[in-house]
Amino acid sequence: MPEGMRATTARTGTAMLDIADLHGFYGESHVLHGVDIAVRQGEVVTLLGRNGAGKTSTMRAIMGIMGKRTGSIRFQGQELIGMAPHKIPRLGIGYVPEERGIFSSLSVDENLALPPVVKEGGMTVPQIHALFPNLKGRGATQGTRLSGGEQQMLAIGRILRTGAGLILLDEPTEGLAPVIIEQIGVAVRALKQRGFTILLVEQNFRFAATIADRHYVMEEGHVVDMIPNDQLHANMDKLHTYLGV
Amino acid sequence: MSQLLGIPPQALFGQLLLGLINGSFYALLSLGLAVIFGMLNVVNMAHGALYMVGAFVAWLLLTYAGVGYWGALILAPLVVGLVGLALERTLLRRLYKVDHLYGLLLTFGLALIFEGAFRHHYGVSGQPYPIPDLLKGGTNLGFMYLPTYRGWVVAASLLVCLGTWFAIERTKLGAYLRAATENPTLVQAFGINVPVMVSLTYGFGVALAGLAGVLAAPIYQVSPMMGSNLIIVVFAVVVIGGMGSILGAIVTGLGLGLLEGLTKVFYPEASNIVVFVIMAVVLMVKPAGLFGRER
Repeated sequence: MPEGMRATTARTGTAMLDIADLHGFYGESHVLHGVDIAVRQGEVVTLLGRNGAGKTSTMRAIMGIMGKRTGSIRFQGQELIGMAPHKIPRLGIGYVPEERGIFSSLSVDENLALPPVVKEGGMTVPQIHALFPNLKGRGATQGTRLSGGEQQMLAIGRILRTGAGLILLDEPTEGLAPVIIEQIGVAVRALKQRGFTILLVEQNFRFAATIADRHYVMEEGHVVDMIPNDQLHANMDKLHTYLGV
Repeated sequence: MSQLLGIPPQALFGQLLLGLINGSFYALLSLGLAVIFGMLNVVNMAHGALYMVGAFVAWLLLTYAGVGYWGALILAPLVVGLVGLALERTLLRRLYKVDHLYGLLLTFGLALIFEGAFRHHYGVSGQPYPIPDLLKGGTNLGFMYLPTYRGWVVAASLLVCLGTWFAIERTKLGAYLRAATENPTLVQAFGINVPVMVSLTYGFGVALAGLAGVLAAPIYQVSPMMGSNLIIVVFAVVVIGGMGSILGAIVTGLGLGLLEGLTKVFYPEASNIVVFVIMAVVLMVKPAGLFGRER
């Protein structure tokens, strides 16, 4: 990582989430090679990068659900590396996985109620229904019978109940129709207004550009660049090269 | 109406009752196996041995501590559950990342050790266990004579099976269990301590076997081999019902018990193999079992 960026990270000493020199492994394969990321309270930050750049692995490393991790992941000053995986979400981190993770043996209501409330101030079910009207009246439906977009809404909605302040959103727009992507975008902006801090993995940077404050670009398991959203247009050529689009 | 299809009704209903009793044990045991398989992916070959341990704990409590049937009904499943917890924490836990076959081999070995140890200490001849006073005697239903204890076994098994089904399918705790069966990593990432849940699930599953052992003690004799006689049929029940299916285990357990009873009336020669014939047919037509979901 360039020296200048290190300095940026260092200046955000009050970051809500501060990842420094994170290495991660799946068995023998070394997938994260010194990731540095800082997310301030209330920010929406994206991780951009090609497939296999380490975006999802970074999220899994934060949640403690990957093999071995070294380096440092601090959330509100607490070190997550070495912490039991089930304790990490209890600090107030909500995870919306890439594959959405809707349970087929649970109804929509059961899926929504599944993640335990970890902090006060989570959204109520009527509030979640207001944010995602598609989920209303579908409570008894088997979770996986919802459409892809509705499953995504359910995956996000169930985390909002828990009171988690930091939400990890892994590719919420993947495989969805433009009109649904628009709906998810509206919801994410609403969440930002409510003060949620969001770390977002995206391949679709046009979507990311409409909601994020800053973008980290990942390549081969580490962060290679950080672009504030207002400088995104000036950096379009660079970004095209990074993402190969 | 002294004959029904050429069979005296007493014989028919007698065999049906016997089938229902056997079915109750099949249901209780295959239910535990289904819960364990769903959550741990372990084919628990020690299940029959732990059923036997349950019966022996009841007999030991009565013989050496003077604790009767009702106390044993609570204590024996508790003891077996604790044994299960210890086994899961110390041994089974190490095998989750390897092939199913290792769990099967380990639990089969454990079954041999349990049975061997009890055979060494208590011999192969069964120990009698008295029916509790409250459940002695019987009722003449007109078409048959119903021994009270046998009626109690059927009722208690049904109640426990339905209670377990309700807890798993209709409660929050059950939702955690079902979710963790599908995707334990994600459930952990929501803040649930999945390893503890897995231990408790195994403990609960084998406690059901222990309970079945206590219920069985006054009917069959308490003997070290009582589990291995039963467990093979129970595995067939689990396969027919569908590996991991709760409702499948209960319905198939009772159904096959009844069918076995009927076979004893109409074609006794086939009664020992009827379950396995059905298993073969089900596997050909519906490989995931009657209630199982294709994986």
